[in-house]
Amino acid sequence: MSIASLFSIALGAILVENYVLVQFLGICPFLGVSKKTDTAFGMGMAVIFVMTIASAATWLVNKFLLIPLELEYMQTVAFILVIAALVQFVEMFLQKSMPSLYQALGIYLPLITTNCAVLGVALLNIRADYSFIESIVNGAAAATGFTLALLLFASVRERLQFADYPKAFDGFPIALVTAALLAMAFMGFSGLKVF
Amino acid sequence: MDTLMAIIYAVLVLGLLGAILGLVLAVASKLFEVKKNPLLEPISNVLPGANCGGCGYAGCSAFAQAVIDGTADPGGCVVGGEDCAAKIAEILGIEVKKNMRIAAFVNCSGGNNAKKKFQYIGIKDCHAAMRISGGPTECAYGCIGLGSCVNACPFGAISLVNGVAFVDHERCTGCLKCVNTCPKHVIHPVPYYADVNVACSSHEKGAVLRKICNIGCIGCKICEKTCQYDAIHVIDNLASIDYEKCTGCGECALKCPRHLIVDSKLDRSPVVSESTAVSN
Repeated sequence: MSIASLFSIALGAILVENYVLVQFLGICPFLGVSKKTDTAFGMGMAVIFVMTIASAATWLVNKFLLIPLELEYMQTVAFILVIAALVQFVEMFLQKSMPSLYQALGIYLPLITTNCAVLGVALLNIRADYSFIESIVNGAAAATGFTLALLLFASVRERLQFADYPKAFDGFPIALVTAALLAMAFMGFSGLKVF
Repeated sequence: MDTLMAIIYAVLVLGLLGAILGLVLAVASKLFEVKKNPLLEPISNVLPGANCGGCGYAGCSAFAQAVIDGTADPGGCVVGGEDCAAKIAEILGIEVKKNMRIAAFVNCSGGNNAKKKFQYIGIKDCHAAMRISGGPTECAYGCIGLGSCVNACPFGAISLVNGVAFVDHERCTGCLKCVNTCPKHVIHPVPYYADVNVACSSHEKGAVLRKICNIGCIGCKICEKTCQYDAIHVIDNLASIDYEKCTGCGECALKCPRHLIVDSKLDRSPVVSESTAVSN
Protein backbone atom coordinates (compact mmCIF):
# COMPACT_ATOMS: atom_id res chain seq x y z
CA MET A 1 0.00 0.00 0.00
CA SER A 2 2.00 2.90 -1.29
CA ILE A 3 1.04 6.52 -1.85
CA ALA A 4 0.92 5.71 -5.56
CA SER A 5 -1.70 2.98 -5.14
CA LEU A 6 -3.80 5.27 -2.92
CA PHE A 7 -3.59 7.96 -5.58
CA SER A 8 -4.65 5.42 -8.16
CA ILE A 9 -7.67 4.44 -6.04
CA ALA A 10 -8.62 8.09 -5.52
CA LEU A 11 -8.35 9.03 -9.18
CA GLY A 12 -10.27 5.92 -10.17
CA ALA A 13 -13.08 6.69 -7.72
CA ILE A 14 -13.34 10.35 -8.77
CA LEU A 15 -13.19 10.01 -12.55
CA VAL A 16 -13.15 6.49 -13.95
CA GLU A 17 -15.66 4.90 -11.59
CA ASN A 18 -17.61 8.08 -10.82
CA TYR A 19 -20.41 6.98 -8.50
CA VAL A 20 -23.13 9.04 -10.12
CA LEU A 21 -22.26 9.13 -13.78
CA VAL A 22 -20.67 5.72 -14.28
CA GLN A 23 -22.07 3.51 -11.51
CA PHE A 24 -25.45 5.29 -11.22
CA LEU A 25 -25.45 5.42 -7.44
CA GLY A 26 -26.95 8.38 -5.58
CA ILE A 27 -29.14 9.49 -8.48
CA CYS A 28 -31.84 10.80 -6.12
CA PRO A 29 -29.85 13.74 -4.68
CA PHE A 30 -28.19 14.14 -8.08
CA LEU A 31 -31.56 15.13 -9.55
CA GLY A 32 -33.08 16.51 -6.36
CA VAL A 33 -30.59 19.10 -5.12
CA SER A 34 -28.98 20.13 -8.39
CA LYS A 35 -31.05 23.19 -9.20
CA LYS A 36 -28.60 25.64 -7.68
CA THR A 37 -24.85 25.40 -7.39
CA ASP A 38 -24.72 26.52 -3.76
CA THR A 39 -27.18 23.88 -2.54
CA ALA A 40 -25.31 21.32 -4.66
CA PHE A 41 -22.09 22.38 -2.97
CA GLY A 42 -23.63 22.07 0.50
CA MET A 43 -24.94 18.61 -0.33
CA GLY A 44 -21.56 17.62 -1.77
CA MET A 45 -19.74 18.67 1.36
CA ALA A 46 -22.17 16.70 3.53
CA VAL A 47 -21.69 13.63 1.33
CA ILE A 48 -17.90 13.87 1.54
CA PHE A 49 -18.17 14.11 5.31
CA VAL A 50 -20.57 11.20 5.74
CA MET A 51 -19.03 8.90 3.16
CA THR A 52 -15.56 9.21 4.68
CA ILE A 53 -16.64 8.39 8.22
CA ALA A 54 -19.10 5.74 6.97
CA SER A 55 -16.29 3.98 5.08
CA ALA A 56 -14.20 3.87 8.22
CA ALA A 57 -17.03 2.74 10.49
CA THR A 58 -18.38 0.03 8.19
CA TRP A 59 -14.91 -1.35 7.57
CA LEU A 60 -14.42 -1.69 11.33
CA VAL A 61 -17.83 -3.29 11.81
CA ASN A 62 -17.17 -5.74 9.01
CA LYS A 63 -13.70 -6.66 10.20
CA PHE A 64 -14.32 -6.97 13.92
CA LEU A 65 -17.97 -7.99 14.09
CA LEU A 66 -19.30 -9.59 10.93
CA ILE A 67 -16.28 -11.62 9.82
CA PRO A 68 -15.49 -13.17 13.26
CA LEU A 69 -19.16 -14.07 13.72
CA GLU A 70 -19.45 -15.35 10.12
CA LEU A 71 -22.32 -13.01 9.37
CA GLU A 72 -20.98 -11.44 6.16
CA TYR A 73 -24.28 -12.09 4.41
CA MET A 74 -25.90 -9.55 6.77
CA GLN A 75 -23.61 -6.76 5.55
CA THR A 76 -26.31 -4.66 3.89
CA VAL A 77 -28.59 -4.62 6.93
CA ALA A 78 -25.76 -4.10 9.40
CA PHE A 79 -24.27 -1.27 7.34
CA ILE A 80 -27.57 0.57 7.00
CA LEU A 81 -27.98 0.33 10.77
CA VAL A 82 -24.46 1.54 11.48
CA ILE A 83 -24.51 4.39 8.95
CA ALA A 84 -27.90 5.65 10.12
CA ALA A 85 -26.85 5.61 13.78
CA LEU A 86 -23.51 7.19 12.94
CA VAL A 87 -25.06 10.08 11.01
CA GLN A 88 -27.53 10.72 13.82
CA PHE A 89 -24.72 10.71 16.33
CA VAL A 90 -22.54 13.03 14.25
CA GLU A 91 -25.47 15.39 13.77
CA MET A 92 -26.03 15.64 17.53
CA PHE A 93 -22.32 16.05 18.13
CA LEU A 94 -22.05 18.84 15.56
CA GLN A 95 -25.10 20.65 16.90
CA LYS A 96 -23.49 20.78 20.31
CA SER A 97 -19.86 21.42 19.56
CA MET A 98 -19.72 23.00 16.10
CA PRO A 99 -22.95 24.96 15.54
CA SER A 100 -21.59 26.80 12.51
CA LEU A 101 -20.75 23.58 10.68
CA TYR A 102 -24.10 22.18 11.77
CA GLN A 103 -25.84 25.22 10.27
CA ALA A 104 -24.00 24.71 6.99
CA LEU A 105 -24.59 20.95 6.70
CA GLY A 106 -27.74 20.80 8.83
CA ILE A 107 -30.42 20.22 6.23
CA TYR A 108 -28.37 17.86 4.12
CA LEU A 109 -26.99 15.54 6.79
CA PRO A 110 -30.20 13.61 7.56
CA LEU A 111 -31.00 13.50 3.84
CA ILE A 112 -28.03 11.29 3.06
CA THR A 113 -28.37 8.88 5.98
CA THR A 114 -29.71 6.16 3.76
CA ASN A 115 -28.35 7.39 0.45
CA CYS A 116 -27.46 4.46 -1.79
CA ALA A 117 -24.11 6.02 -2.70
CA VAL A 118 -23.12 5.93 0.98
CA LEU A 119 -24.22 2.33 1.36
CA GLY A 120 -22.67 1.55 -2.01
CA VAL A 121 -19.23 2.78 -1.02
CA ALA A 122 -19.36 0.65 2.13
CA LEU A 123 -20.27 -2.50 0.23
CA LEU A 124 -17.87 -1.86 -2.64
CA ASN A 125 -15.00 -1.29 -0.21
CA ILE A 126 -15.59 -4.77 1.17
CA ARG A 127 -15.99 -6.31 -2.26
CA ALA A 128 -12.72 -4.75 -3.48
CA ASP A 129 -11.01 -6.09 -0.35
CA TYR A 130 -9.58 -2.72 0.57
CA SER A 131 -7.55 -2.14 3.73
CA PHE A 132 -8.69 0.38 6.35
CA ILE A 133 -6.72 3.30 4.87
CA GLU A 134 -7.69 2.35 1.32
CA SER A 135 -11.35 2.23 2.33
CA ILE A 136 -11.20 5.73 3.77
CA VAL A 137 -9.41 7.09 0.68
CA ASN A 138 -11.89 5.37 -1.59
CA GLY A 139 -14.83 6.76 0.41
CA ALA A 140 -13.52 10.32 0.39
CA ALA A 141 -12.59 10.16 -3.30
CA ALA A 142 -15.91 8.63 -4.33
CA ALA A 143 -17.69 11.44 -2.47
CA THR A 144 -15.46 14.01 -4.15
CA GLY A 145 -16.45 12.50 -7.49
CA PHE A 146 -20.08 12.72 -6.43
CA THR A 147 -19.62 16.40 -5.54
CA LEU A 148 -17.86 17.06 -8.84
CA ALA A 149 -20.69 15.47 -10.82
CA LEU A 150 -23.32 17.30 -8.75
CA LEU A 151 -21.62 20.68 -9.19
CA LEU A 152 -21.14 20.20 -12.94
CA PHE A 153 -24.75 19.14 -13.33
CA ALA A 154 -26.06 22.04 -11.22
CA SER A 155 -24.02 24.54 -13.24
CA VAL A 156 -25.43 23.16 -16.47
CA ARG A 157 -28.97 23.26 -15.07
CA GLU A 158 -28.53 26.89 -14.04
CA ARG A 159 -27.54 27.72 -17.60
CA LEU A 160 -30.46 25.70 -18.94
CA GLN A 161 -32.83 28.32 -17.55
CA PHE A 162 -31.86 30.58 -20.40
CA ALA A 163 -31.73 27.88 -23.04
CA ASP A 164 -34.37 27.66 -25.72
CA TYR A 165 -35.40 24.00 -25.73
CA PRO A 166 -38.78 22.58 -26.75
CA LYS A 167 -41.49 23.12 -24.16
CA ALA A 168 -42.21 19.39 -23.90
CA PHE A 169 -38.72 18.92 -22.43
CA ASP A 170 -39.35 21.37 -19.61
CA GLY A 171 -38.30 20.17 -16.15
CA PHE A 172 -37.08 16.62 -15.62
CA PRO A 173 -36.82 15.50 -19.27
CA ILE A 174 -34.19 18.11 -20.12
CA ALA A 175 -32.42 17.37 -16.83
CA LEU A 176 -32.22 13.70 -17.74
CA VAL A 177 -30.95 14.49 -21.24
CA THR A 178 -28.28 16.67 -19.64
CA ALA A 179 -27.38 13.91 -17.19
CA ALA A 180 -27.04 11.45 -20.08
CA LEU A 181 -24.69 13.80 -21.94
CA LEU A 182 -22.62 14.28 -18.79
CA ALA A 183 -22.46 10.52 -18.25
CA MET A 184 -21.28 10.04 -21.85
CA ALA A 185 -18.60 12.68 -21.30
CA PHE A 186 -17.40 10.75 -18.26
CA MET A 187 -17.19 7.58 -20.37
CA GLY A 188 -14.15 9.26 -21.87
CA PHE A 189 -12.26 8.53 -18.65
CA SER A 190 -12.92 4.79 -18.87
CA GLY A 191 -9.54 3.97 -20.40
CA LEU A 192 -7.65 6.13 -17.93
CA LYS A 193 -5.13 4.18 -15.88
CA VAL A 194 -2.33 5.62 -13.83
CA PHE A 195 -0.47 2.49 -12.77
CA MET B 1 -32.16 -27.06 12.63
CA ASP B 2 -28.94 -25.47 11.45
CA THR B 3 -30.81 -22.91 9.34
CA LEU B 4 -33.06 -22.03 12.24
CA MET B 5 -30.06 -21.56 14.51
CA ALA B 6 -28.34 -19.38 11.91
CA ILE B 7 -31.44 -17.19 11.64
CA ILE B 8 -31.79 -16.83 15.40
CA TYR B 9 -28.07 -16.13 15.67
CA ALA B 10 -28.21 -13.40 12.99
CA VAL B 11 -31.29 -11.82 14.55
CA LEU B 12 -29.65 -11.83 17.96
CA VAL B 13 -26.40 -10.27 16.79
CA LEU B 14 -28.05 -7.57 14.70
CA GLY B 15 -30.66 -6.93 17.37
CA LEU B 16 -27.90 -6.49 19.90
CA LEU B 17 -26.01 -4.19 17.54
CA GLY B 18 -29.17 -2.13 17.02
CA ALA B 19 -29.84 -2.00 20.76
CA ILE B 20 -26.29 -0.85 21.52
CA LEU B 21 -26.41 1.82 18.84
CA GLY B 22 -29.82 2.93 20.09
CA LEU B 23 -28.47 3.18 23.60
CA VAL B 24 -25.48 5.19 22.40
CA LEU B 25 -27.81 7.56 20.57
CA ALA B 26 -30.04 7.91 23.59
CA VAL B 27 -27.06 8.75 25.79
CA ALA B 28 -25.71 11.11 23.12
CA SER B 29 -29.01 12.94 22.82
CA LYS B 30 -28.86 13.68 26.55
CA LEU B 31 -25.16 14.44 26.47
CA PHE B 32 -25.23 16.75 23.47
CA GLU B 33 -28.60 18.27 24.22
CA VAL B 34 -28.87 21.84 23.00
CA LYS B 35 -31.24 23.86 25.11
CA LYS B 36 -34.02 25.28 23.00
CA ASN B 37 -36.59 27.76 24.09
CA PRO B 38 -39.81 25.83 24.81
CA LEU B 39 -41.73 28.50 22.89
CA LEU B 40 -39.77 27.87 19.70
CA GLU B 41 -41.72 24.85 18.61
CA PRO B 42 -45.28 26.20 19.05
CA ILE B 43 -44.30 29.39 17.22
CA SER B 44 -42.66 27.47 14.41
CA ASN B 45 -45.84 25.44 14.09
CA VAL B 46 -48.07 28.45 13.48
CA LEU B 47 -45.72 29.90 10.87
CA PRO B 48 -46.40 28.91 7.27
CA GLY B 49 -43.15 26.95 6.97
CA ALA B 50 -42.49 28.08 3.40
CA ASN B 51 -39.03 29.43 4.40
CA CYS B 52 -39.51 32.17 1.80
CA GLY B 53 -37.31 34.68 3.62
CA GLY B 54 -39.81 37.48 3.17
CA CYS B 55 -39.37 38.48 6.81
CA GLY B 56 -35.66 39.08 6.27
CA TYR B 57 -34.56 36.05 8.30
CA ALA B 58 -33.01 32.85 7.01
CA GLY B 59 -36.19 30.83 7.41
CA CYS B 60 -39.27 30.30 9.52
CA SER B 61 -37.40 28.89 12.52
CA ALA B 62 -34.88 31.75 12.42
CA PHE B 63 -37.80 34.19 12.42
CA ALA B 64 -39.39 32.35 15.35
CA GLN B 65 -36.14 32.66 17.27
CA ALA B 66 -35.98 36.38 16.45
CA VAL B 67 -39.55 36.88 17.68
CA ILE B 68 -38.69 35.16 20.98
CA ASP B 69 -35.55 37.28 21.30
CA GLY B 70 -37.68 40.34 20.76
CA THR B 71 -35.76 41.53 17.70
CA ALA B 72 -38.65 40.83 15.32
CA ASP B 73 -42.29 41.85 15.50
CA PRO B 74 -44.84 38.99 15.56
CA GLY B 75 -46.48 40.64 12.54
CA GLY B 76 -43.26 40.35 10.57
CA CYS B 77 -44.34 37.25 8.68
CA VAL B 78 -45.77 38.58 5.46
CA VAL B 79 -47.10 35.25 4.28
CA GLY B 80 -48.92 34.29 7.46
CA GLY B 81 -50.56 37.69 7.76
CA GLU B 82 -52.81 38.76 10.59
CA ASP B 83 -53.95 35.30 11.69
CA CYS B 84 -50.40 34.16 12.12
CA ALA B 85 -49.41 37.34 13.97
CA ALA B 86 -52.36 36.97 16.33
CA LYS B 87 -51.49 33.35 17.09
CA ILE B 88 -47.85 34.18 17.79
CA ALA B 89 -48.87 37.07 20.01
CA GLU B 90 -51.19 34.73 21.90
CA ILE B 91 -48.37 32.24 22.50
CA LEU B 92 -46.05 34.95 23.70
CA GLY B 93 -48.78 36.85 25.51
CA ILE B 94 -47.95 40.19 23.91
CA GLU B 95 -49.71 42.75 21.75
CA VAL B 96 -49.28 42.84 17.99
CA LYS B 97 -48.04 46.14 16.68
CA LYS B 98 -49.76 47.92 13.84
CA ASN B 99 -50.57 45.65 10.96
CA MET B 100 -47.77 45.96 8.46
CA ARG B 101 -48.96 43.63 5.72
CA ILE B 102 -47.53 44.65 2.41
CA ALA B 103 -48.04 43.69 -1.18
CA ALA B 104 -46.07 44.28 -4.34
CA PHE B 105 -47.36 46.76 -6.89
CA VAL B 106 -46.04 47.36 -10.39
CA ASN B 107 -45.65 51.11 -10.76
CA CYS B 108 -45.93 50.98 -14.52
CA SER B 109 -48.70 50.48 -17.02
CA GLY B 110 -46.61 51.07 -20.11
CA GLY B 111 -46.15 47.75 -21.87
CA ASN B 112 -47.92 47.93 -25.21
CA ASN B 113 -48.79 51.56 -24.50
CA ALA B 114 -45.12 52.51 -24.44
CA LYS B 115 -42.93 53.15 -27.44
CA LYS B 116 -40.04 50.80 -28.14
CA LYS B 117 -36.52 51.87 -29.07
CA PHE B 118 -35.89 48.65 -30.95
CA GLN B 119 -37.27 45.18 -31.25
CA TYR B 120 -35.61 42.89 -28.73
CA ILE B 121 -35.03 39.31 -29.77
CA GLY B 122 -33.04 37.29 -27.28
CA ILE B 123 -33.19 35.57 -23.92
CA LYS B 124 -36.56 36.17 -22.32
CA ASP B 125 -35.10 37.85 -19.28
CA CYS B 126 -35.25 41.50 -18.22
CA HIS B 127 -31.68 41.52 -16.91
CA ALA B 128 -30.36 40.36 -20.28
CA ALA B 129 -32.47 42.96 -22.11
CA MET B 130 -31.24 45.68 -19.76
CA ARG B 131 -27.69 45.14 -20.97
CA ILE B 132 -28.60 46.35 -24.45
CA SER B 133 -28.74 50.11 -23.98
CA GLY B 134 -31.00 49.86 -20.96
CA GLY B 135 -33.68 47.70 -22.49
CA PRO B 136 -36.01 47.99 -25.47
CA THR B 137 -38.52 50.41 -23.95
CA GLU B 138 -38.07 54.08 -24.80
CA CYS B 139 -39.08 55.02 -21.26
CA ALA B 140 -36.05 54.66 -19.01
CA TYR B 141 -38.27 53.97 -15.99
CA GLY B 142 -40.78 51.52 -17.40
CA CYS B 143 -41.37 47.79 -17.20
CA ILE B 144 -39.46 45.80 -19.83
CA GLY B 145 -42.16 43.17 -19.80
CA LEU B 146 -40.05 40.04 -20.26
CA GLY B 147 -41.19 38.53 -17.01
CA SER B 148 -38.16 38.11 -14.74
CA CYS B 149 -40.54 38.88 -11.88
CA VAL B 150 -42.99 36.24 -13.13
CA ASN B 151 -40.23 33.65 -12.77
CA ALA B 152 -39.11 35.03 -9.43
CA CYS B 153 -42.56 34.89 -7.81
CA PRO B 154 -42.83 31.72 -5.70
CA PHE B 155 -46.59 32.09 -5.41
CA GLY B 156 -47.53 32.49 -9.08
CA ALA B 157 -49.01 35.92 -8.41
CA ILE B 158 -47.46 37.80 -11.31
CA SER B 159 -48.47 37.59 -14.93
CA LEU B 160 -47.81 39.67 -18.02
CA VAL B 161 -50.89 41.61 -19.08
CA ASN B 162 -50.77 43.85 -22.11
CA GLY B 163 -46.97 43.71 -22.12
CA VAL B 164 -46.51 44.79 -18.53
CA ALA B 165 -46.12 42.82 -15.32
CA PHE B 166 -49.24 42.67 -13.18
CA VAL B 167 -49.44 41.49 -9.57
CA ASP B 168 -52.51 39.54 -8.54
CA HIS B 169 -53.32 41.27 -5.28
CA GLU B 170 -55.13 38.27 -3.81
CA ARG B 171 -52.20 35.94 -4.35
CA CYS B 172 -49.42 38.35 -3.40
CA THR B 173 -47.98 37.46 0.00
CA GLY B 174 -45.57 40.37 0.13
CA CYS B 175 -42.38 38.32 0.09
CA LEU B 176 -40.93 40.98 -2.24
CA LYS B 177 -38.86 38.57 -4.33
CA CYS B 178 -40.07 40.44 -7.43
CA VAL B 179 -39.09 43.80 -5.95
CA ASN B 180 -35.54 42.58 -5.56
CA THR B 181 -35.47 40.94 -8.97
CA CYS B 182 -36.78 43.74 -11.20
CA PRO B 183 -33.80 45.40 -12.92
CA LYS B 184 -35.84 48.55 -13.56
CA HIS B 185 -36.96 48.78 -9.92
CA VAL B 186 -40.47 49.34 -11.12
CA ILE B 187 -42.14 47.04 -8.57
CA HIS B 188 -42.55 48.53 -5.11
CA PRO B 189 -43.89 47.36 -1.79
CA VAL B 190 -47.14 49.11 -0.89
CA PRO B 191 -49.44 48.63 2.09
CA TYR B 192 -51.72 45.69 1.34
CA TYR B 193 -54.80 47.73 2.18
CA ALA B 194 -53.75 50.77 0.16
CA ASP B 195 -56.73 51.70 -1.97
CA VAL B 196 -55.04 53.85 -4.57
CA ASN B 197 -51.71 53.35 -6.27
CA VAL B 198 -49.93 55.20 -9.04
CA ALA B 199 -49.19 52.88 -11.94
CA CYS B 200 -46.25 54.84 -13.31
CA SER B 201 -42.62 55.38 -12.35
CA SER B 202 -41.54 57.89 -14.96
CA HIS B 203 -39.90 61.13 -13.91
CA GLU B 204 -39.90 62.43 -17.51
CA LYS B 205 -41.44 65.81 -18.15
CA GLY B 206 -44.97 65.69 -19.49
CA ALA B 207 -44.06 66.85 -22.99
CA VAL B 208 -41.35 64.21 -23.34
CA LEU B 209 -43.47 61.50 -21.83
CA ARG B 210 -46.43 62.08 -24.14
CA LYS B 211 -44.21 61.15 -27.06
CA ILE B 212 -43.03 57.84 -25.63
CA CYS B 213 -45.99 56.53 -23.63
CA ASN B 214 -49.72 56.69 -24.07
CA ILE B 215 -50.48 56.28 -20.43
CA GLY B 216 -47.64 57.49 -18.15
CA CYS B 217 -47.88 60.26 -15.57
CA ILE B 218 -47.44 63.70 -17.13
CA GLY B 219 -47.18 65.53 -13.83
CA CYS B 220 -50.26 67.66 -14.46
CA LYS B 221 -50.95 67.97 -10.71
CA ILE B 222 -54.69 67.46 -11.10
CA CYS B 223 -54.55 64.72 -8.48
CA GLU B 224 -52.68 67.03 -6.12
CA LYS B 225 -55.32 69.71 -6.47
CA THR B 226 -58.15 67.19 -6.13
CA CYS B 227 -56.94 65.55 -2.94
CA GLN B 228 -58.58 67.00 0.17
CA TYR B 229 -56.22 65.21 2.51
CA ASP B 230 -52.87 66.46 1.20
CA ALA B 231 -51.97 62.85 0.52
CA ILE B 232 -50.85 62.92 -3.11
CA HIS B 233 -48.07 65.08 -4.47
CA VAL B 234 -46.32 65.44 -7.77
CA ILE B 235 -42.62 65.12 -7.03
CA ASP B 236 -40.18 65.31 -9.96
CA ASN B 237 -42.99 65.02 -12.51
CA LEU B 238 -44.48 61.94 -10.88
CA ALA B 239 -47.48 61.59 -8.62
CA SER B 240 -46.69 59.82 -5.38
CA ILE B 241 -49.04 58.86 -2.59
CA ASP B 242 -48.43 59.39 1.11
CA TYR B 243 -50.07 56.22 2.44
CA GLU B 244 -50.12 57.60 5.99
CA LYS B 245 -52.48 60.36 4.94
CA CYS B 246 -54.43 58.65 2.18
CA THR B 247 -57.99 57.80 3.17
CA GLY B 248 -58.71 55.90 0.00
CA CYS B 249 -61.52 58.20 -1.14
CA GLY B 250 -60.56 57.55 -4.74
CA GLU B 251 -61.13 61.11 -6.00
CA CYS B 252 -57.69 61.31 -7.59
CA ALA B 253 -58.30 58.07 -9.47
CA LEU B 254 -61.47 59.52 -10.95
CA LYS B 255 -59.86 62.81 -11.93
CA CYS B 256 -56.58 61.52 -13.37
CA PRO B 257 -56.65 62.35 -17.09
CA ARG B 258 -54.34 59.43 -17.88
CA HIS B 259 -56.33 56.91 -15.77
CA LEU B 260 -53.17 55.57 -14.23
CA ILE B 261 -54.12 55.95 -10.59
CA VAL B 262 -55.61 52.57 -9.75
CA ASP B 263 -58.47 52.53 -7.29
CA SER B 264 -58.66 49.05 -5.88
CA LYS B 265 -62.19 49.55 -4.53
CA LEU B 266 -63.39 49.89 -8.09
CA ASP B 267 -61.12 47.58 -9.94
CA ARG B 268 -57.76 45.91 -9.43
CA SER B 269 -57.39 44.88 -13.03
CA PRO B 270 -54.46 46.26 -15.02
CA VAL B 271 -54.68 49.72 -16.53
CA VAL B 272 -55.61 49.66 -20.20
CA SER B 273 -55.52 52.83 -22.18
CA GLU B 274 -58.50 53.62 -24.37
CA SER B 275 -56.37 55.15 -27.08
CA THR B 276 -54.51 52.83 -29.42
CA ALA B 277 -50.95 51.82 -28.71
CA VAL B 278 -48.09 54.01 -29.83
CA SER B 279 -46.87 52.86 -33.19
CA ASN B 280 -43.41 51.35 -32.92
